[in-house]
Amino acid sequence: MTFSLISPVTFGGGYAMIPLLEKRVTEKNKWIKKEDIVDILAICQTVPGSIAVNTASFIGFKVAGVPGAVIATLGIIAPSFLIVLLMAVVFLGFQDHPIVQAAFTGFRPAIAALILFAAIRTGKSAIFDKVTIAIAIVSYILLLFVSIHPIFVLLFGGVVGILFGLREKKNQAGSYQDEVIEDRRGNLVRGEKNS
Amino acid sequence: MMWNLFITFIKIGFISFGGGYAMIPVIEYEVLKHGWLKTQQFTDVISIAGMSPGPIATNSAVFVGYKIAGIPGAIVATLAISLPSLFLILLAALFFYKIQNNKLVQSLFYGLRPVITGFICYAAFRFSIYNHIIGGDHWFNGTSVLILLFSLGFLLFTRIHPLLVIFLSGIVGIMTY
Repeated sequence: MTFSLISPVTFGGGYAMIPLLEKRVTEKNKWIKKEDIVDILAICQTVPGSIAVNTASFIGFKVAGVPGAVIATLGIIAPSFLIVLLMAVVFLGFQDHPIVQAAFTGFRPAIAALILFAAIRTGKSAIFDKVTIAIAIVSYILLLFVSIHPIFVLLFGGVVGILFGLREKKNQAGSYQDEVIEDRRGNLVRGEKNS
Repeated sequence: MMWNLFITFIKIGFISFGGGYAMIPVIEYEVLKHGWLKTQQFTDVISIAGMSPGPIATNSAVFVGYKIAGIPGAIVATLAISLPSLFLILLAALFFYKIQNNKLVQSLFYGLRPVITGFICYAAFRFSIYNHIIGGDHWFNGTSVLILLFSLGFLLFTRIHPLLVIFLSGIVGIMTY
């Protein structure tokens, strides 16, 4: 039940699918209350993994327990799985064709722009004081010049964050959390205008 | 081989804070370490994953899995990268309101988010270097950098769908070839 309803929604791709998913879940199926969806999204951003998969798992769980979570997760990854598989087969078959190669000379800078765009979007809510600037720069340099597993860089950030975050008695982290949610709301509104 | 693939992507799934593009350096590190793909091949994976709908991390797992061990490989890698999310979300759902307002969790993310930003910048840099958009004999490739800047401008200041930006860039690529 969950599977068949959520899977066609995923064709929006990544962040773009969140507003669609929200509409489907709160208005059409009334699985979740509208007020709760912002909290759910905030949690799904916090937990490792992609926000789309996380949201599906969470909503699946709320609606039908563990089986619901499993089915919703499978439902959300199935369409992209099939599409990427198809793209992979096509790409590996035609990658030596001159036109495909020419198209890719255009695609690649656009993908680079997409990654940079993601960095800017993340940076906007992540970097807002001296400590966060320093953490971002040090992480970048560590990745660039030191050949360690990225998990150690994450650990470094987490430890520094806890040290500084707990020391500051002001509720800075709290206001930051609101910003993220606010940003999500902004995205929701923007996404709805788009669709 | 399959078991190795499974374990590696489970590991990636558990540490994929920030989701999406932030995971590129992690996936790259693992894939290169195991000698599954060369850096150039990995950037192709990112291109395809970025062009496809759905989360980029899951998409990358599908493609990497497929390149290493065909369709069974794709299935194994995809399930492996999604399982930790499922597991952690179930935990989070059980402790719904506690996790979010916890001071420790907030502090942790105060430090983690800048790292994630660093990860994504690094991913963009590596991707640009290995596709000769920047670097090489001439410091940068004029056409590519122009396409990059225009695309970024469109993404930042207009509401054009990213897929359309990629599509148009492909056409520019064909025309200038």
